[in-house]
Amino acid sequence: MTDWPILSVITFLPLVGALFILMLRGESPAVIRNARHIALWTTLVTFAVSLFIVVNFTYGTHDYQFVEKQPWLGSTITYHMGVDGISMPFVILTTFLMPLCILASWQSIEKRVKEYLIAFLVLETLMIGVFCALDLVLFYLFFEGGLIPMFLIIGIWGGPRRVYASFKFFLYTLLGSVLMLLAIMAMYWQAGTTDIPTLQAYDFPASMQTWLWLAFFASFAVKMPMWPVHTWLPDAHVEAPTAGSVILAAVLLKMGGYGFLRFSLPMFPDASEFFAPLVFTLSVVAIVYASLVALMQEDIKKLIAYSSVAHMGFVTMGIFTLNRQGIDGAVFQMISHGVVSGALFLCVGVVYDRLHTREIKAYGGLVNRMPVYATIFMLFTMANVGLPGTSGFVGEFLSLLGAFQANTWVAFFATTGVILSAGYALWLYRKVIWGELDKPSLKFMTDLSLREFVILLPLVVLTILLGVWPEPIFNVTTASIENLLTQSATASTLTIEPAALAAR
Amino acid sequence: MYQAIVFLPLIGAIIGGFVSLIGANSVRRAELAEAGGHGHGHHGHDHVHLVEQPQDPTMGHDAHADAHDDHGHGDHDDHDSHGPMQPVAPGARAVELITTGFMVVAAVLSWVAFFQHGLGEHEAERVQILRWMTSGALEVDWALRIDTLTVVMLVVVNTVSTLVHLYSIGYMHEDPQRPRFFTYLSLFTFAMLMLVTSDNLVQMFFGWEGVGLASYLLIGFWYTKPSAVAAAIKAFVVNRVGDFGFALGIFGVFVLFGTVSFDTIFADAPGKADATMAFLGWPQASAMTVLCLLLFMGAMGKSAQFLLHTWLPDAMEGPTPVSALIHAATMVTAGVFMVARLSPLFELSHTALEVVIFFGATTAFFAATVGLVQNDIKRVIAYSTCSQLGYMFVALGTGAYSAGIFHLFTHAFFKALLFLGAGSVIHAMHHEQDMRKMGGIRRLIPATYWMMLIGTVALTGLGIPMTIIGTAGFFSKDAIIESAFVSHASMSTYAFILLVIAAGFTSFYSWRLVFMTFHGTPRASFETMKHVHESPMVMLVPLFVLAAGALLAGLLFHDAFIGEHYAEFWKGVLAGGAEPEILEHMHHAPAWVKSSPFVMMALGFVVSYWFYIKDPQLPVQLARRHDVLYRFLLNKWYFDELYDFLLVRPAKRLGHFLWKTGDGKIIDGLGPDGVSARVIDVTRGVVRLQTGYVYHYAFAMLIGVAALFTWFMLGGVH
Repeated sequence: MTDWPILSVITFLPLVGALFILMLRGESPAVIRNARHIALWTTLVTFAVSLFIVVNFTYGTHDYQFVEKQPWLGSTITYHMGVDGISMPFVILTTFLMPLCILASWQSIEKRVKEYLIAFLVLETLMIGVFCALDLVLFYLFFEGGLIPMFLIIGIWGGPRRVYASFKFFLYTLLGSVLMLLAIMAMYWQAGTTDIPTLQAYDFPASMQTWLWLAFFASFAVKMPMWPVHTWLPDAHVEAPTAGSVILAAVLLKMGGYGFLRFSLPMFPDASEFFAPLVFTLSVVAIVYASLVALMQEDIKKLIAYSSVAHMGFVTMGIFTLNRQGIDGAVFQMISHGVVSGALFLCVGVVYDRLHTREIKAYGGLVNRMPVYATIFMLFTMANVGLPGTSGFVGEFLSLLGAFQANTWVAFFATTGVILSAGYALWLYRKVIWGELDKPSLKFMTDLSLREFVILLPLVVLTILLGVWPEPIFNVTTASIENLLTQSATASTLTIEPAALAAR
Repeated sequence: MYQAIVFLPLIGAIIGGFVSLIGANSVRRAELAEAGGHGHGHHGHDHVHLVEQPQDPTMGHDAHADAHDDHGHGDHDDHDSHGPMQPVAPGARAVELITTGFMVVAAVLSWVAFFQHGLGEHEAERVQILRWMTSGALEVDWALRIDTLTVVMLVVVNTVSTLVHLYSIGYMHEDPQRPRFFTYLSLFTFAMLMLVTSDNLVQMFFGWEGVGLASYLLIGFWYTKPSAVAAAIKAFVVNRVGDFGFALGIFGVFVLFGTVSFDTIFADAPGKADATMAFLGWPQASAMTVLCLLLFMGAMGKSAQFLLHTWLPDAMEGPTPVSALIHAATMVTAGVFMVARLSPLFELSHTALEVVIFFGATTAFFAATVGLVQNDIKRVIAYSTCSQLGYMFVALGTGAYSAGIFHLFTHAFFKALLFLGAGSVIHAMHHEQDMRKMGGIRRLIPATYWMMLIGTVALTGLGIPMTIIGTAGFFSKDAIIESAFVSHASMSTYAFILLVIAAGFTSFYSWRLVFMTFHGTPRASFETMKHVHESPMVMLVPLFVLAAGALLAGLLFHDAFIGEHYAEFWKGVLAGGAEPEILEHMHHAPAWVKSSPFVMMALGFVVSYWFYIKDPQLPVQLARRHDVLYRFLLNKWYFDELYDFLLVRPAKRLGHFLWKTGDGKIIDGLGPDGVSARVIDVTRGVVRLQTGYVYHYAFAMLIGVAALFTWFMLGGVH
C-alpha cells in the first residue's frame, strides 16, 4: 500500500493538464501543438501513475484498497475514494485508452483544438472518478458530470447531425439520472448515510429494494444501453468524432455494468433476483434484435454501434445470472469490449480520416492498398465475433456458460448471437476490405501511418494476450466477485428466511 | 517433442505473416508511388476485367489469372527485371522454405509419436502448457493430450499438410501473394493440431473455430473474386450454426460434470448415464442425449453433414491445395474426430447414436446423388468428400468408432490425392475446371493420370472380397458397410441400404470424372490443348507419396485399427471396451454383405464406362428425358435456394423492419423524438398566445380579472 493519495492523484491529474491548456493563449499552430503535447503527456503520465495501482494491488482480498476518506459536505457526505477488484481494471482501461484517444485526434480535429483537449481531459477525470468514488453523492457527481464533456464533444466536434445526436444522448441519460438521484435521496433517508461500503452492508427492506432497484436500473440501463433505450447510441456514435466514439464505447458504456455490480447486486440482492428474468429478457432481445439490425446497416459506425448493443446484452445477461461464470464473463466482456470496440472505432477513424465518409458503399477492396490495416481490422473483426484466442471469446463464453446454468432458454437465444455476429461482422469486412479496388476515390488510399500504427498496436497485443491468457484479469477480479456473490447470497437468504437466522 | 509438433507450424505462420505483411506493404508503396503516373493503365485493366467477367462465368480460373494479372499490370512498367508475368513477392521463397521446412520436421515427429503411442507401448500422456482461464469451478488449461487417437490425427494432419505445402510451391508459383498463402496454410495446421491434441472441450473449441478462421481466409484467398468471398463467409457462418450447438453442448457438459476436461468427464460419464437435466421445454430430458445431440450439431457443421453441408461445395472457390488439405483430408474430418473423442459420452445415448447414423447415411446418399451430375471437377470431389464423411458417421453411430477413424485415415490419403491430382489437371489446363471442356489428355499428363487412377480405385474400394488384397478404401469403406449391416440400431437397415447404393454412385461418379477428364476426344480449345503440360516434380512427388498411402494404408494398418491388434493399438481410447462386440460381428458378416460393395463398385464402373466411353450421347439424352430429376440433382436438391428463402431473406427483412420500424418509428417515435415533438407542439401553442398585440393581452387580462371577480363574488375566499 502506498501512503500518498494515489487515486486522487490520477483522478485529478488530467484536470491539471486541462488547466495548463487553459492558460495557453492564442490560436497559432505552435500553441495548438503545445496543447496537444500537454494533453498527450498528461494522459501518459496519468497512465504511468495508474500503473502503481496495478503494482501495489493486494490480491486475494475484497476490501477496498488505496482508500482515502475526508469529510466533505456536512457530516455525512464524505470524499471517499477506493478501488477493489471490480473497479480497478476499469480505472486502468480508462487511463490506458486516453493517450490513444488523444493521439487519434492528433490531426483529425482542426477547430477549437484546445477546447477539445480540455473536454477530453475533464472527461478523463470524471470517468476515473466514477470508478473510484465510494460515496453515492460523489459517484453521482462524477457519473452525471461525465455527460457534459461528452455532450460537448458530440455537439461541437461531431458530424452533420451532431446536435440531434447530442441532445438525444443527453435527454436519455438525464432521464435515468433523475430517477437515480431520487433513489439516492431515498437511500439517504432510510440508511442515514451515502457511504457506499456501509450501504452495501445495509439491509434495505424488500419493498423498498424494488423501487430503488428500478430507479437505479433506469439510469444504468440507459448507459449500457439496454434494449429498448438503446437508440441514442447509434446516433451518438455516428456523429461523435473518432476519439469520442472510442471513449463512449470503451468506457462510458461500462458505467452501466459497473453500476449494476456496485449498487444493484450488493445493495438490492432480493430485487436483483426478482428482476433477473426481466433483465434476461431485455438482454436476449438486445442480442438478437441489435444483431439483426446490424445486418442491415449502411454506415460502418452504426453497424459497430449496434454490435456494441448486442455485446452489452451479454454483459447484462451475465451479471444477472448471479453465478460465478456469468459475472466473471460479464466483467471480462466489458474490459474486452472496451479494447475491441475502441479499436474498431479507431479503425473506422483511420479510413474516415482519408475519405471522410462512413458509408459502407463508398469502400471496397481496401486490402489492395492497405494490407496492414486489413490485417489489423481482421483481427478486431474476429475479436468482435468472439473467436477463441481473442479476448472477445472469453467474456462471451463465460457469460453464456453462466446463462446456461441460470436458464437454458436464455442461453439458447443468446447463443444465436454468435451466428448473427459472424454474419454482420464478416459482411462488413467483405464490403469494406475485400473485393476489387475499383472506386476511383480509393485509388490513393495509403496504409496506416506510423502514428496510427502506434495507436493500434497496443490494442492488437492486448486483444491477443487477453484471449490467450486472461488470468491476470481474473486474478484481480476473483476475490471481489466471490465476495459479491456470497454477500448477495447471504443477504437474500437473510431476508427470505429470518427464521433460520433466529435458529442459529 | 509434442510442443514442437504443435507449435512449429504456428512459428512458421508468424514468420510468414510478418514477411508477407512487410512485403505487401513495400509492394503497395511502390505501386502507389507509381500509380500517380500510371493511373490510366489501371483504369484500362478494370475495364477489361468488367468485360471479361460475364463472358466466362465458370468459377475459379479467371480470378486466379486475374490475381497475378493485376500485379503483372501494376508492376511490369516499373520492374522490367521481373519479367511481365513474374510479379514481386518479396520473401516468397524464404517463407515457402521456412513453413515447409517446419512442417517436414513436425510431420517426421508425428510419425515418431505414432510409432511410440499407436504401434508402440507408450501410455497416453498430458502436457500442460499454460492455464487459460479460471472462473470458480471452471478451470481450463492449454494442454496437449497425446494418445492413440491424437497421434493418428497428428499423422494425418501433418503428413497431408506437409505434402500440400510442398505441392503449393509448384501450384502457386505464379501467385504474387504466396507468402500470405503459406502463412494461412501453416496457421490452419496449427489450429488443427490444437484441435486434435486438445485436452478439454474449450481448447477443442479453440481449434475448432481456429480452423474455421483459416478456412475462411483460405477460401477467400483470392479476395477480389466475389464468388470466393461469398463462399468464405458462407463457410464461416454455416460453421457457426454448428458451433452454436457445440457451444451449448459445452455449457451443458459443464453443468452436468462441473468440468470441461476430458479425463474427468470420461471417468464420470458412466455414472451419469441416466442423469436428467432441464433443457428448454424439457424439464426431464436425458442429459446424455441432449449433450450428445448438441455436440453432434457442431460436428455436422464442421463435417458438412446433411442440412449443414451447403458451405463445402462452395468452399471449392479456394485454391486447390486448400481443398485438398482442409476440405478433404483434415478440417472436415474434425467432426468425425470429435465424436470419436467423445465416444464415451455418445456410447451412453442410443438416441444420439441413432441420429448420428441417420445423418451419416442420409449425407452419404444425398451427396453421392448430387455428385453424379456435377460438371466442375472439384465439385465432384467435394460432394464425394461430403458423402464419404457420411460413411464415417455411420460407422461412429453403429459404435464401430475405430472403423470411422480408419476411414478418416485412409480417406485422407486418397482424397488428398484426388484433389491434388485435380489441381494438377487444372494447372495443366490453364485453370479450367469444367470437365465438359476437358477430355483426352491422359497421354499428355501421364503421371497425373496414373495417380488419379490410383486415387479412384482407392476411393471406390477396389479389392478382392474376403481376402486382404485391396486398396485403402476397400478395407475401410467395406468395414463401414458391414458395421451398418450387423448393427442393432433401428436406423441400421436404412443406413445399410443407402450406403450400398451410395457405393455404386461413388464408383459411377469417380469413373465419370476419370473418363470425362482423361479419356475420349479433347473438348478443350486447340490453344489450350497445345499448352497442356505435366506438372513439375515438386507437385508430382506429393502425389506419389499420397498414392503410396492410398494403395497401402489399408493393407498395412487395418489390423491395428479394426483387426486383431485393436486392443493394443487403441489402448482403450475409444468407447466399447478392449474388444467391441460390433467389430467381432463385422468379421462374421455374411458373404453377400461383404461382397455387396464390390458388386456395386463394378456396376458403377460398367455404367460409367458405357455412358462416357461407349455411348457419350446417352447421358445427355437421359438428362433430357428426366429433366426434373436432373435439375433437382444439378441444383443440389435446391438447398441453397431453400435456405435463402427460409433464413437469409427473412433475417434481412426482419433486420430492416426492426431497424426502420422498431427503432425508428416505435422506440424513437414514442421516445425521444415523440417527446421532443410534443414539447415543440406545446411551445408552438404557447407561442401562438404571445401575438404581440396589446389588445390581445388586454383582452386576456380583462377575462382574467372578470374570472377573479366572479370567484370572489361566489364566495371563494372566506
